[in-house]
Order: sequence, then structure tokens, then C-alpha cells
Amino acid sequence: MLSDVTIRYGRLTAVRNVSLSLAEGEILFVTGPNGAGKSSLLRAIAGVTPPAGGRVDFADHDVTGRAPEDIARLGLSMVPEGREVFGSLTTEENLLVGTGMHAKERNWRARVASALEEVYETFPVLKERRHGQAGLLSGGQQQMLVIGRALMTNPRLVAIDEPSLGLAPNVIDLVYERLIALRAQRALTLLIVEQSSTRAMMAGGRMILMRGGEVLLDGDARAMGQSEAMQAAYFGYGEQA
Amino acid sequence: MTAILQTVFDALSLGSLYALGALGIALIFGVMRLVNFAHGDVIAFSIFALLWPSTDVVAAVVAGNLPWFLLIPFVLAMGAGLSVLAEIVVFRRFRNASPATMMIASFALGFVIRYFLLMLFSSRPKSISLLPALSQPVEVLGARIPLLQLITILTTIAILFGLTAFLKRSRFGLEMRAAAENFTMARVLGVRANRVIMGAFALSGALAAAIALILGSQTGTADIQMGTNVMLMAFIATVIGGLGSLPGAVIAGFLLGAASVAMQVSLSIDARPFRDAFVYGAVILVLIFRPQGLLAGRGTKERV
Repeated sequence: MLSDVTIRYGRLTAVRNVSLSLAEGEILFVTGPNGAGKSSLLRAIAGVTPPAGGRVDFADHDVTGRAPEDIARLGLSMVPEGREVFGSLTTEENLLVGTGMHAKERNWRARVASALEEVYETFPVLKERRHGQAGLLSGGQQQMLVIGRALMTNPRLVAIDEPSLGLAPNVIDLVYERLIALRAQRALTLLIVEQSSTRAMMAGGRMILMRGGEVLLDGDARAMGQSEAMQAAYFGYGEQA
Repeated sequence: MTAILQTVFDALSLGSLYALGALGIALIFGVMRLVNFAHGDVIAFSIFALLWPSTDVVAAVVAGNLPWFLLIPFVLAMGAGLSVLAEIVVFRRFRNASPATMMIASFALGFVIRYFLLMLFSSRPKSISLLPALSQPVEVLGARIPLLQLITILTTIAILFGLTAFLKRSRFGLEMRAAAENFTMARVLGVRANRVIMGAFALSGALAAAIALILGSQTGTADIQMGTNVMLMAFIATVIGGLGSLPGAVIAGFLLGAASVAMQVSLSIDARPFRDAFVYGAVILVLIFRPQGLLAGRGTKERV
């Protein structure tokens, strides 16, 4: 999916020649310490920060440098860092913002209504607050909202940046439980950025470990948990590892 | 009593103009952080679109003889059309430029429109008779006010309600509000940037044309400078209202109208020529105490 991608912000190189591919229905965790380039990678895939070099392919299209709305229309749903709810809109309006892109398809209204019901079923608290201003939701509720919002458009790939950031542990469990269940239901591909690798090891699946803009390790999450290279990447000793 | 009522109507109708102008500026600022200084020239253009190019004092009206139900949509379409054209030809190239660059581009565009009109029509104001039926006075609670004034106020209220309903209820309104708050996130959710921005320009242009219709019928002249004063006041209204806040722009527009009329009535004859100085003085005071505007808009926040 990514080949030889480099991302720069001014002089700073955030991601250096990273190549990565994702199979349909796969779950991939991207982990690594702060500043490893995880979020930049996500932003490049979604078209928010076009890469300085390399090529991004998604759903059999070369999407390098394409507008975010075009990539979204190919079936990518991205949940960026820092939640980004539309604070002045109501909860329900937030969920509906992205649904317009399929407006020309048949049974669109019915499909939106059922997607909405599904999100409300997953996160009942959102239904309670559906007509309330989204900016007034708690951090956890906002996180549920943005994940729900990403699922509204029936995407092929959901890319989430730090779904557990600032959430209570029981809410994190709920969020992951739902994501994994949804993946099974709809053959969804998941790309999840997490700073901590513990969650990835618990959930299982594939994991890559980034540091300093490069991919250090790529493999099975559970197996990787035991390896020493993992610790080295986080704590910095043994650079040669 | 009737004098007070008269004043109130004056204030409301002047405020309506400022509010409509401010709304047109705030709509575009909301989605692309552009302060469109060409707005005043779009106002002038919308009226001149009714006239046949000539330098005579009495305008050779082409489309102006249309019945009102064709005339009004025609003028609105002219304003919206020019505004959308400006977006496609000019502002689209500046999409990623800094707000200051975009603002300067809008000044340049304003000059282009103004000199285009100057070339075709000369700088002399032309007398036109737009919707002449509206100049008769009507009696409201004992006060005699021009029918036009009443219609101006009622139309503005109707436009405000219509626009609110449009923004709240329609799919396009939803996308526009989302984009105004966080453009990048809206795009990540598949909202088409070009569509939203062109829609904002079309709405803004139609609002400019509505002002042109009101001004044209009020004064009976078409003047290439006619939009300048409204534009200036409208811009100030958007700043006082809080850049990017639509309700703020409307409220501040009406406040400015009220302040202007109140000064006009209360200042002594000698001070009256300096009315605008007093109004701007009041504006400075407001900004000293509330630099973010009355209703702080999201415009001042950095765009991601």
C-alpha cells in the first residue's frame, strides 16, 4: 500500500522511505515511541499530508497527492489524532457529515438510517446525547463519536490514531471489542496507531514498530511482545538491535 | 412617539443592509479564512448587469424592465455567478496561501471589477428606476415610512430565517458548517472542498445582489462606488461580531446600523458630518474590551 514513502515537514523528516502493505481484512497495529512518525504515516495515507516522496496506493488506485475527499470516497475512513469532533454540531450531525458521499446510490437514506442505528447500538450513550452539542461530550464520548463517525460510511479501511488516548480502561476495552467485532462482520481492514504495544499484543494481529521515521520490526503482535528488540526500540539501549 | 418609531425603522433598515453584507463576508471567511474585499464591487456589478454599457447619465436599461419576479432572480443570479467565477478564476489558486495573501488578492479582484465597470459605464452615477412601486410611503402605527424600508426589513428577516433553516436542515448546510469548523476533518470525511467553497461564494454573491437591489431601489441610482460604504461597514460588523460567527455578524450589523442612526439623530448639527468618526470610535471601544468580537467565532483559531 505504501511504497518508499517519505514525509517531511519543512526540514524535518518525519517518515523515511517506509514501505508497507496491508491485506484486505487484516488488522495492523502501528506502534512506537513519540515522534516515530506513526501519525504522519496515517496522514499521508489519508491525503492530509501529501508525501514528499514515494507512492501511496489504496483500493487499486494510485492516490499519491490526491485530495483527502477523493481518498475517503474510495473507502478510507481516518480518525485523526486529537479526535477532531465538530464541536458546534450535534452528535448526530457529526455522524452524518461523511454520509453525503454516497448520496447518489440507491437506498441511501435507508442505509444511513441503519448505519446510524448500528452506531447507537454500539455506543448507547451517543444516542442519549444525539441532539446535544458534540463539543460538550466528555473525552471518552467524543472518542466513541469519532469512531462511530468513521464507521458510518461503510469503509473498507478504518485507520485510527490512538483510539485509547485519554480513555478509561473499561471504555478502551469496549472500543476494541466493537472494532474487532465489526472487522469480523464486515471484512473490515483495520489500521490502528497506538503508542503502547500492550493493547496490540492483547488483540493479536500484525504489528509494526516504528522509530525515528523508520520501520524497525514487522511481525505477529504476540510474538513480538516477547522479543528484546521491542524493548530496545522503546528504551533506546542497544541501537544495533 | 412617531419620531421614535421612524428612527427605529431607519435603524432597522440600515442595519439590515449591514447585516446582509456582514453575512456575505462571514460566510466566505468561515470556510476559507478569506476576508473578501471584492464583496462591495460584487454589489455594484449586480446592478450594472441590468444596464446596457454606455456612458450616458440616463441608463439604458436592458434587463431592468423585467417584471419583478424575473428581475430579482436575475440580479441574484448575476451576483452569485460573478462570485462563483471569482472563486474559480482567482481564489482557487490561493487556497493554500496565507490569509493576508488572499486578502490582497481580493483587493486586486475588487479593482478589476470596479475598473471593468468604469470602462463600460464611466464613473458618473446613473439614474435607474428599479421596482418604482416600492417608493410609496405606508403608514405603520402612525409613522409614515417608505414601503421599501418595510420590505427591506422584512426581506432581511426572511433571508436570515431562510439561511438559518438552510444551514441547519440541508445536507449542504451540514457540510458547510462542518467545513467552517474544521475543513481538513470535513474533507477526510469525504466532503468535497470545492463544492462547499463554491456554495459559500454563491450564497455570498446572492446576498451582495440582494443588497444591490435594495440600494438601487432606495437611491434610484447605479454607482460603481455604491458597494464601498456597505462593504466597509459590513467588514467592521464581521470583526465586531467575531470573525467567522454568522450570528455575530448579523447582530453586529444591526448594532452598527442602530449606532449610525442614533448618532445621526442625537449629534448636534455641527457634529453630524463627523457621524462616522463617532461610529468608528465606538467600534474601537468595543474591540478594546472584546478583542475577540462579541460572539467569538472559530475563525481566530488556527486551521489544522
